[in-house]
Amino acid sequence: MVYFIVKRMIQSVFVMLAVAFLAFSLFRFVGDPITQMTGVETSVVDQERLREELGLNDPFVSQFIRFTGDMLQGDFGYSYRTRQPVADMITERVPATLELGVVALIISLLVGVPAGVYTALKPRGIWTQTILMTTLVGVSVPTFVIGIMLIFLFGVQLGWLPTFGRGGTVQIGNWESSLFTFSGWRALLLPAITLGVYQLTLTMRLVRAEMMEVMRSDYIRFAMARGVPMRKLHYKHAMVNTMVPVITIIGLQFGGVIAFSIVTESVFQWPGMGLLFLESIRFVDIPVMGVYLVVIAFFFVLVNLVVDLLYVAIDPRLRLRELE
Amino acid sequence: MIAFLKKYEGLWLFVHSPSAIVAAMVATLIILGAIFASWIALVNPYDLASFSLFDGLLPPVWQDGANPKYLLGTDDQGRDMISAILYGARLSLIIGLSALTIAAVIGVGLGLAAGYYGGRFDAVVMRIADVQLALPAILTALLIDGIARGILPAAIQQDLRVAVLTLAIALSLWVNFARTARATTFVQMNKEYVQAAIMMGQRPSRVMFVHILPNILGPLLVIMTVDLASAILLEATLSFLGIGLPADSPSLGTLIRIGMQFMLSGEWWILWIPTLFLIALVVSINILGDFLRDIFNPRLR
Repeated sequence: MVYFIVKRMIQSVFVMLAVAFLAFSLFRFVGDPITQMTGVETSVVDQERLREELGLNDPFVSQFIRFTGDMLQGDFGYSYRTRQPVADMITERVPATLELGVVALIISLLVGVPAGVYTALKPRGIWTQTILMTTLVGVSVPTFVIGIMLIFLFGVQLGWLPTFGRGGTVQIGNWESSLFTFSGWRALLLPAITLGVYQLTLTMRLVRAEMMEVMRSDYIRFAMARGVPMRKLHYKHAMVNTMVPVITIIGLQFGGVIAFSIVTESVFQWPGMGLLFLESIRFVDIPVMGVYLVVIAFFFVLVNLVVDLLYVAIDPRLRLRELE
Repeated sequence: MIAFLKKYEGLWLFVHSPSAIVAAMVATLIILGAIFASWIALVNPYDLASFSLFDGLLPPVWQDGANPKYLLGTDDQGRDMISAILYGARLSLIIGLSALTIAAVIGVGLGLAAGYYGGRFDAVVMRIADVQLALPAILTALLIDGIARGILPAAIQQDLRVAVLTLAIALSLWVNFARTARATTFVQMNKEYVQAAIMMGQRPSRVMFVHILPNILGPLLVIMTVDLASAILLEATLSFLGIGLPADSPSLGTLIRIGMQFMLSGEWWILWIPTLFLIALVVSINILGDFLRDIFNPRLR
């Protein structure tokens, strides 16, 4: 158990180092940092002096070590475009994206898991066929189109909900939250549904596949033969065993949610990290791109680590295998 | 006839699956329309001289004030919507298919080799795949696009947009191919025919491509259809975000982005017709993909 945890942590550190290396290479080789920092009036001599002072002539490895050290201390450098510290720009945007992502994830689970279980238990029902057909369309409709449709219906035609921005926000320490005002929730609803729909279809399909697999297994057949009441069989024996993959789904989907939030944030002009990333790509703002990459990778690695540890906690078989 | 169909089980299932037939028809129609776009289309949307601003913002024929020449209306520039969509679909399909081909070549090549050689090579390829899989495709594609913007000189960037976009999509989709090819190759490696071929002293490349590859084509074909849909969606999304293709050579995604500007002003067709078209294309490809998966995975039937 301890061995497993330590092994996973070492793996995570390696993934983070790989991503940091990627970000560093971006920063170092895509465009020349000196030309980005200085204007046309700066003489070549001054440019060279600056290059020497900033240590850009040092060996590659020592530059990378310094870069990683700075990152660990929370020093992410300055944006080429706004000249602000990147760390400030990103932390300012984190709450918006996280709140959007978490609400979207909750929506997708609250609808996706029951729908998946239902369609697995009644595979020939008319509702199941309808739901499955709808999700196939749901997978095929790109996120931005879902966003446009929701804006058109609820924003433009019906005029019920705002179509851009975060609405009213409350400042709690460094965290700018829109979860505590009515207008904040109103503004959150459409983007969260947009972001949740695609994840919802994935959740549903996976839960369904898993549930069908479990229902075919020997212990369920045996329980059926023993005369365990159907309700208990479905919701106690079968569903509990589908929960392991559901946890993986949450882990994987968190990644999807964060990535697709780029699209959703763009459609709804939601002031989160995704919008910042898009702007930084458009203006080739390499420091922001690199740091965004590192921050996102950190979220992923963290979530995946937690998921793996939860696995071991939930599934006794995995613990046994470790003991052998 | 029935005996013939029963012999080929896939075909038999196909003629008995109405959704697969409809999907195949829709996909074929769109693909044919895209291939013959320059013959069908009234105007060439890339050629500014072939359309006129005076024809701008005409609604589709079934609405008042329409010009019967333009069946689905025109956009603000006076471009015929049908022409714009056909050319847009052509561009989307070209980018999607070339990206898919590149992704398949890279992914299947690496996956086959990883499954064949195993050991350290396999470990390295799979670790790279793991890291990339942690980043969703859209993020990878955006990143590659951003890097290309930084590296390429501004003068040739516009000319290379299509190539950059294709490469960005290809590099974000190869992992699926690699993983599937590797897993299925592993299974084949234990089969006697492969062992026999190796023992006969055949070259590794021959064993991989002549013996193993034909036997793992089924699952790869399923990945191909599913990933074609993903590639088209990725392209549309990137173009919609405004970092894909510029507005003078519009793909379906660019058309939707342009159409968004008219959402509030009542010219619904500029937004919704390309959108419907994109959805129809991707839905039909996905239905075909689902159908193929069911064929190759009898357990799900």
